[in-house]
Amino acid sequence: MTALLGAALVALTAVSLYAIFGGADFGGGVWDLFATGPRRQAQRDAITHAIGPVWEANHVWLIFALVTLFTCFPPAFAEIGANLSAPLSLALFGIVLRGAAFVFRNYAADSLATARSWTAVFGASSIIAPFFLGDAAGAVATGRYAWTSPFALSAGLFGVALCAQIAAVFLVRETSDPPLRDDFRRRAVRATLAVWIAGLIPALLARQGEPALFAALIGPTARIAIGIAMLLGVVVMLSIQARRDGLARAAVGAEALAVLGGWYGAQAPNLIPGRWTYESAASSPAMLHAFLVAASAGALFLIPSLALLFVTFKGHSGESGAALPPKPNR
Amino acid sequence: MTAARALMGTSLAFHIVFAALGVGLPLLVITAEGLWLRTRRRAFYDLARTWAKGMAILFAVGAVSGTILAFELGLLWPTFMKYAGGIIGLPFSLEGFAFFIEAIFIGLYLYGWDRMSPGAHWLSGLPIVLSGALSAAFVTTANAWMNVPAGFRIVNGTVVEVDPIAAMLSPPWLVEVLHTTLAAYVVTGFGAAAVCAYALLRRSAEDRREQVRAGLTIAMIVASIAIPLQWVGGDVIARFDAEREPTKFASLEALFHTRRHAPITIGGIVSGDAVRYGIEIPSALSVLVAFDPNAEVKGLDRVAPDDRPPVAVVHASFDTMVGSASLLLLVAIVWAIVALRKRTPAKPLLIGIALCGPLAVVAVEAGWFVTEFGRQPWIARGLLRTSDAATVAPGVDVQFYAFFVVYVVLAATCWWLMRRVGTKEAA
Repeated sequence: MTALLGAALVALTAVSLYAIFGGADFGGGVWDLFATGPRRQAQRDAITHAIGPVWEANHVWLIFALVTLFTCFPPAFAEIGANLSAPLSLALFGIVLRGAAFVFRNYAADSLATARSWTAVFGASSIIAPFFLGDAAGAVATGRYAWTSPFALSAGLFGVALCAQIAAVFLVRETSDPPLRDDFRRRAVRATLAVWIAGLIPALLARQGEPALFAALIGPTARIAIGIAMLLGVVVMLSIQARRDGLARAAVGAEALAVLGGWYGAQAPNLIPGRWTYESAASSPAMLHAFLVAASAGALFLIPSLALLFVTFKGHSGESGAALPPKPNR
Repeated sequence: MTAARALMGTSLAFHIVFAALGVGLPLLVITAEGLWLRTRRRAFYDLARTWAKGMAILFAVGAVSGTILAFELGLLWPTFMKYAGGIIGLPFSLEGFAFFIEAIFIGLYLYGWDRMSPGAHWLSGLPIVLSGALSAAFVTTANAWMNVPAGFRIVNGTVVEVDPIAAMLSPPWLVEVLHTTLAAYVVTGFGAAAVCAYALLRRSAEDRREQVRAGLTIAMIVASIAIPLQWVGGDVIARFDAEREPTKFASLEALFHTRRHAPITIGGIVSGDAVRYGIEIPSALSVLVAFDPNAEVKGLDRVAPDDRPPVAVVHASFDTMVGSASLLLLVAIVWAIVALRKRTPAKPLLIGIALCGPLAVVAVEAGWFVTEFGRQPWIARGLLRTSDAATVAPGVDVQFYAFFVVYVVLAATCWWLMRRVGTKEAA
């Protein structure tokens, strides 16, 4: 039982951290697509600079979530694969093109036409991926894999809005240029409004078309989590206005966690409502134990490495895009 | 062949090249940087920077194509994952951590040139080398399990008594891990050397001759160490197959009838139950397997026709792999002799080295074909047939065409970018 709890926690942690950090990288791509105004190129440079060193590490949370799912809860993984192949393939399409386009445009920077077309691909795929990942999550929540249902589609929209919000708030501290910071602050405010609206739609649609889901959403766990998320959204708004960018950063991360926590909590102990509970989908205790031993040992290497990565590149705020290193002495 | 198999096969064939280069290149990069730290010669620094750019591009494509595979396990093989996930998930989980460490330190290394001391920067490359090799090893153990499933029992159609460690360390794990990891260094060594040889032949890098020559030497040293070892590794894995996977062994040697004095058949056309026009070396296979011309070698007649792999494909792939590897070994020996006599490689040798790049890729792909087609018709031998494991979801053919286009675009862009990286002045 404790092993099951441990495996479920690892899986949910991986999904949550992917949503926040991977989501921030997708959101960066969204703002890259919507880069406007006189500082358009500076916005894009700041985004490239912010994503560059960390996106591949952030991306691994997704791989890790998949691997945890098929190691610890294989029948649920198999069923999701068999029933959600369309939205997941589309999400995959976005994920692949986003990663490739980001690297291609950076290394083709001296060929303007090529860099420009890959920039367009980078932006578009950064919307496609979170939309269909959100849609697939919504489809799982319906318990019917109804990925074309209005609820699931609106969950996809909410996913994109959330990524854009996290990214805009994170980006404020990625540059030291005051006007550029204000650009991202404005985007953070707009994205927070978008999250509120996009969050309301799935709730209304669930009330209409997904009675079981709606009952879970107004249950005590989800109600508390949604309340906390809304409160944190207000904190994001106020702290951005007050230029307390660090506080905004923490609040937006916590807000995403509260939303996800509400989702997990609302459908617990179900992994896929009406089909699999964590317990019924679980691998043998021997596998869960082996997995948890491996995960604990892996964490000993992973946590210090991640800390080193983020301290090196995100430790001091306001570093602006110093691109090329100096040549060494002979 | 179903669309699911075609898609998975294409995805793996695409990924394996980038994955292998992603394992091997970090070794070349930190070797060049290490030489710069010791000698402070500018050419080594420029070489490390150029190779690091190639590593960045190839690693990114390897990472995204690996993501496609992680998804496709569920999208294309749900029945397989339902059974296998709970048995063979452990090495995938460990691979997840190894890949994590790799991705973290790739970020530190690529973006950290001016943020760390030179020594610390070099050190940040070491985990990439180690975790790259480890993640290849972990994934290969999963493939080993598919060849010889272990670590569980089946009672009344349900999997019981799962032993994750025994599943990860199924009998072929060590021979497969050695063969696969060495293949990564073979293809990277020859690949990088081929790029340098090509640049010298084309005189496209006259301003950086010293850098290109250094690159050729480092890459050929790696290749010349890896390729003889790979011959030993190949021999070990063939002996293992002869004993533990006799059906695969018989199909790669196109041996239809169990017999003593079994010959080695090179080339030829497989038709029905025979090979025509092949070159036969009498008794050689018996000698190779048991050091005894009179030894019996098991043929394909031991299993029902329905349980046999596509012999023509497996045999042709095997000959292609061994043939390419022979040429690679030959070029490596010639280069080693020239290098030990402290001569610079002449034009014919440079042409040979330049051809070894594509040839090494051919060898890797052919080897992958041998192991995958050689296991058919099983996805996990004796446990689950490939045809029973594939998804029944509609639209897989559309996915196949869509991803095929993605692979072509990725490969073409990669090729174009790598050429630019190779010919432009280092940053």
